[in-house]
Amino acid sequence: MNLTLKIWRQNGPADRGRMVTYRVEDVSPDMSFLEMLDVLNERLILEGDDPVAFDHDCREGICGMCGMVINGVAHGEQRATTTCQLHMRHFEDGAVVTIEPWRAAPFPVVKDLVVDRSSFDRIIQAGGFISVPAGSAPDAHAIPVPKDDADAAFDAATCIGCGACVAACPNGSASLFTAAKITHLSLLPQGQPERASRAKAMVEQMDAEGFGGCTNTGECTAVCPKGIPLDTIARMNAEFLKASSK
Amino acid sequence: MATAPTLPHAAHKGGFYASSNGKKALMAVTGAVLVLFLVGHMLGNLKIFLGAGSFNHYAEWLRTVGSPALPNRTLLTIAEIVLALAVVLHMWSAVSLARRAAKARPVKYAAKRKSQAGGYATHTMRYGGVIILLFVIWHLLDLTFGVVNPKGGDATPYDRVVAGFDPSRWWVTVFYLVAMVMVGLHLRHGLWSALQTLGLAHRYAALKAGSAVIATVLVLGFVAVPIAVMIGAVK
Amino acid sequence: MKDNVNYTVGEPIRDTKAPEGPIEDRWDTRRFQAKLVNPANKRKLTVIVVGTGLAGGSAAATLGELGYKVKSFCYQDSPRRAHSIAAQGGINAAKNYRGDGDSVYRLFYDTVKGGDFRARESNVYRLAQVSVNIIDQAVAQGVPFAREYGGLLDTRSFGGAQVSRTFYARGQTGQQLLLGAYSALERQIAAGTVEMHTRHEMLELVVSGGRARGVVVRDMVTGEIETHLADAVVLATGGYGNVFFLSTNAKGCNTTAIWRAHRRGALFANPCFTQIHPTCIPVSGDYQSKLTLMSESLRNDGRVWVPARGGDDRRPADIPEGERDYYLERIYPAFGNLVPRDIASRAAKNVCDEGRGVGPGGLGVYLDFADAIGRLGRDAVEKKYGNLFEMYERITGENPYETPMRIYPAVHYTMGGLWVDYDLQSTIPGLFVIGEANFSDHGANRLGASALMQGLADGYFVLPTTLGDYLAGAGGFGEVDEKAVAEAEITVREKIEKLLCVNGTRTADSYHRELGRLMWDYCGMERTDESLRKALQRIPELREEFWNNVKVPGDGEGLNQALERAGRVADFFDLAELMCIDALHRTESCGGHFRAESQDADGEALRDDEHFAYVAAWEWGPDGPVLHKEDLNYDYVKMTQRSYK
Ligand SMILES: Cc1cc2nc3c(=O)[nH]c(=O)nc-3n(C[C@H](O)[C@H](O)[C@H](O)COP(=O)(O)OP(=O)(O)OC[C@H]3O[C@@H](n4cnc5c(N)ncnc54)[C@H](O)[C@@H]3O)c2cc1C
Ligand code: HEM
Ligand code: SF4
Ligand code: FES
Repeated sequence: MNLTLKIWRQNGPADRGRMVTYRVEDVSPDMSFLEMLDVLNERLILEGDDPVAFDHDCREGICGMCGMVINGVAHGEQRATTTCQLHMRHFEDGAVVTIEPWRAAPFPVVKDLVVDRSSFDRIIQAGGFISVPAGSAPDAHAIPVPKDDADAAFDAATCIGCGACVAACPNGSASLFTAAKITHLSLLPQGQPERASRAKAMVEQMDAEGFGGCTNTGECTAVCPKGIPLDTIARMNAEFLKASSK
Repeated sequence: MATAPTLPHAAHKGGFYASSNGKKALMAVTGAVLVLFLVGHMLGNLKIFLGAGSFNHYAEWLRTVGSPALPNRTLLTIAEIVLALAVVLHMWSAVSLARRAAKARPVKYAAKRKSQAGGYATHTMRYGGVIILLFVIWHLLDLTFGVVNPKGGDATPYDRVVAGFDPSRWWVTVFYLVAMVMVGLHLRHGLWSALQTLGLAHRYAALKAGSAVIATVLVLGFVAVPIAVMIGAVK
Repeated sequence: MKDNVNYTVGEPIRDTKAPEGPIEDRWDTRRFQAKLVNPANKRKLTVIVVGTGLAGGSAAATLGELGYKVKSFCYQDSPRRAHSIAAQGGINAAKNYRGDGDSVYRLFYDTVKGGDFRARESNVYRLAQVSVNIIDQAVAQGVPFAREYGGLLDTRSFGGAQVSRTFYARGQTGQQLLLGAYSALERQIAAGTVEMHTRHEMLELVVSGGRARGVVVRDMVTGEIETHLADAVVLATGGYGNVFFLSTNAKGCNTTAIWRAHRRGALFANPCFTQIHPTCIPVSGDYQSKLTLMSESLRNDGRVWVPARGGDDRRPADIPEGERDYYLERIYPAFGNLVPRDIASRAAKNVCDEGRGVGPGGLGVYLDFADAIGRLGRDAVEKKYGNLFEMYERITGENPYETPMRIYPAVHYTMGGLWVDYDLQSTIPGLFVIGEANFSDHGANRLGASALMQGLADGYFVLPTTLGDYLAGAGGFGEVDEKAVAEAEITVREKIEKLLCVNGTRTADSYHRELGRLMWDYCGMERTDESLRKALQRIPELREEFWNNVKVPGDGEGLNQALERAGRVADFFDLAELMCIDALHRTESCGGHFRAESQDADGEALRDDEHFAYVAAWEWGPDGPVLHKEDLNYDYVKMTQRSYK
């Protein structure tokens, strides 16, 4: 199949950037979206052009490194799928595909489709952990954890930190990402001692990074490749209110 | 990029209401106050179907409730202040969150961002809110202060309502209807959203359905009155 | 040696750090002997940790917590994205929570046997001992392992073991463990003990006064070449499976860090020991950029088969039972579809070589769930494997409930790596190597769920003790020689400039693909004297062509992903050559290393303990590598030939 790509090109943080149109031919429907871009890049290199920069690593939907807004949808229209797991069979021959980076002030563009997501790391630094020095842990069976709690904690813990939730949110909010970690840790007995301070510190850091506030539009869960549910945000709100009223 | 050893953006210490979550909570609480008001207001409005006496008596009662222990209008004034405050705070939160959101996305997407969640909340809440605000101002001028009411401020409440929605002033009624639909849309999202904001939400399907039902009932309750006046069922 | 293969045999090498005495006591003894650094001094000591996977992440966090000044590096945009994140199956630990007869000794025994008697007993025993603490540590950090209704931890059994000792978090064990280590690391970053450098690639090691004293890195965003100095350097940069281009590793996995250290004097041990995983989704076209693993657990219920007759291109459903060959069940009646990884992989290759493979290019075999669906019902199968089936369908567009999956072996793990002693220190003093990057604990074949265990054992528990001993012993190493720094920086700059200057007609990726294909064909699942010699002839030619004809666009300033890739490919060429030499010299078959010349009458791998019970540790030399042998002694586990029939 043949496609027309409109790709955001930006040479560096200071560059203004623009959309550039490329044609790619003989795309196999079995290719992944990134493999299609690989093919384009190989051609650009040989033609003496600058290949399109994009982040990726595992290419199996787990590292959270990849991510682009494809035709206006973060990670593309297929649900519960990272960009690297998206395959060309979901596109039609002759289609025009727009490809843009995550757009949010706390995710400044590094180059082309590559953005800087270190703001996410700083949100985790603010409290997304349980303080336990190596070697000081009690036996793993010392505290049983009800299976339902463990399962719910796991569901929230599967967030891959890709940032699609921010990219899709009309407010540029990082609530789903932050809530996933707060939920994961607040559901486990091990997470209790730091529960209140964690919620407060992480929410405050999220604000300090310049993310928008949540208005419960639900766009985040809809694009989240791991299907992190909206009730994590309710839980974060409850945790934050409780922590703030202390 | 090296991450400096200390947090590069020190978490702001502006207090609860400076945080986006705090503002959201304020919005939810003030929204809830306004919803309670709407429920009461609607029930009162419906008394118009019991006749002019009943309706005027209700309006009178609003002014005299609490007396003689308290001077007339004490409770009503308190309620009005609370409501005014709620509206102001609600709007203040809405505006500062909207500004925050705009700052968080300085560069817009070139492709039309396709909503994956219906796009409902994004589109209705802010624009809808503004329409509601315009309406509330008009509404106060019309029926509370009577400034723009054909019968003026001295007429009985019943007369003011009947005159206000007189078929000759069809555009007032249309504006009212539109505004009420906006209120309904606002609440369809706002009701469950407030619970979510306060951390009380789960079982979203049921919650959203419940919000839609309550919003519909409120809208129907409110529009019943002007429609009744329009078609002459109340005169 | 003859022809195009020249290497020399040097002095034998020996691990001098493992204490004598009963194996159960050795780690305790070593821990007690290890000198301690007093807390005030720790703050003055800088440790560089390259890599933030399970090994590097846990090490940096623990060293930070202990009070050292730590500088941590990774090439991704966040430490959380190291390739450990992709591990699916689980992590072993000798907890014996099931009371099914597991013990530290049994885990030790299984691992030594699974490694086909090419790992050190002392190291493996320690690994089994420490495994118990890892689970405690992870649970305390909030790792949401699978639990049973009683609230206690669930376990499952994994290939090569008869007890249920594998702890897991659905199909995302590596992710959950890494996020645990990552959160500990972020906590230290916030506390100011760890300075994090993301999007920084290590390109050179600084050795001064005979000790590892720093690294030269490239800031991948600005292109700046920076030197960071320290009192010790820890490499935790993962495996080098990407030398084959196609593997289950992440695209960025590379050998550059350990190869540069090797060039500076660190011995490289057993480079040819690679693990090929039998259940991966086959290649679908020339554009293929990586291979995806399908969890081994699928073999519990899926049956592996190919058409009995070559060239049979009917749809699988149209091939009657009588004309199918369930070859694993036929050849290995006792273990059937559950034979260890290396055996299952080789059997698949054999049937495909016979022309009976299925799918595009004939490189695939069926993994069929029809029986399981008939026996257990579709719902039960969906409950167990739903997410894997979905992943398969996503990639191939085929529905495995209706038509059998196609699978094929793929490169998955590298047992080889930099040689380290019991203290995890390489032959360069002050250079420690942990995780998949070292060669230590898995011998010639790694058992499932043991890599996560090793990475965390190294990082949380072993390294913090042994590194302290090294740092305490020296009491400050003095100034770093400026000339050493300048020389290292120049090496880096020259290499980058050279790559940018060629301006030829082929991309680095296209060379990488060709090299990978060559390695897969000649140094892959089956190796012969002839194939390896062919490879050794071709690799230098291809490398020569690469350096004369590669095209790397842009400049060294700013983000240049093509340049990053070209640099890695350049090092892969050198490594590939060493792998082939190693494979050629080891004329026995063992574990993942199958030399066609060394098999028994049934076609099974035949070890040669008399001549090859040693670790092959290679020293880099301008005139070809120098082999140093470390003899392996087995005092506890008796050497036997593996049999799974
Ligand atoms: C698909 C898959 C599934 C697996 N499943 C299992 C399983 O179920 N159980 C099990 O026990 N094992 C499993 N393994 C093996 C196991 O995951 C790995 O061996 C282990 O995680 C390696 O950890 P590590 O810390 O050594 O390296 P990695 O996690 O690979 O980390 C390497 C780190 O080094 C950094 N780095 C690399 N090169 C450079 C450089 N030049 N400069 C700067 N930084 C650099 C990277 O940024 C990264 O942070 C699996 C492996 C794969 C590929
Ligand atoms: C009759 C009057 C009103 C009522 C009963 C009402 C009620 C509510 C409720 C219950 C919410 C949900 C709060 C939450 O999500 O936490 C809400 C949200 C909101 N309201 Fe109102 N409101 C009213 C008037 C207004 C006005 C006048 C404005 C305009 C400025 C406005 C703008 C908004 C906005 C922007 C939201 C945010 C949407 C969100 O965060 O989900 N509202 N309102
Ligand atoms: S919540 Fe979902 S969309 Fe957001 S970062 Fe995590 S995985 Fe990505
Ligand atoms: S590249 Fe890892 S999630 Fe897409």
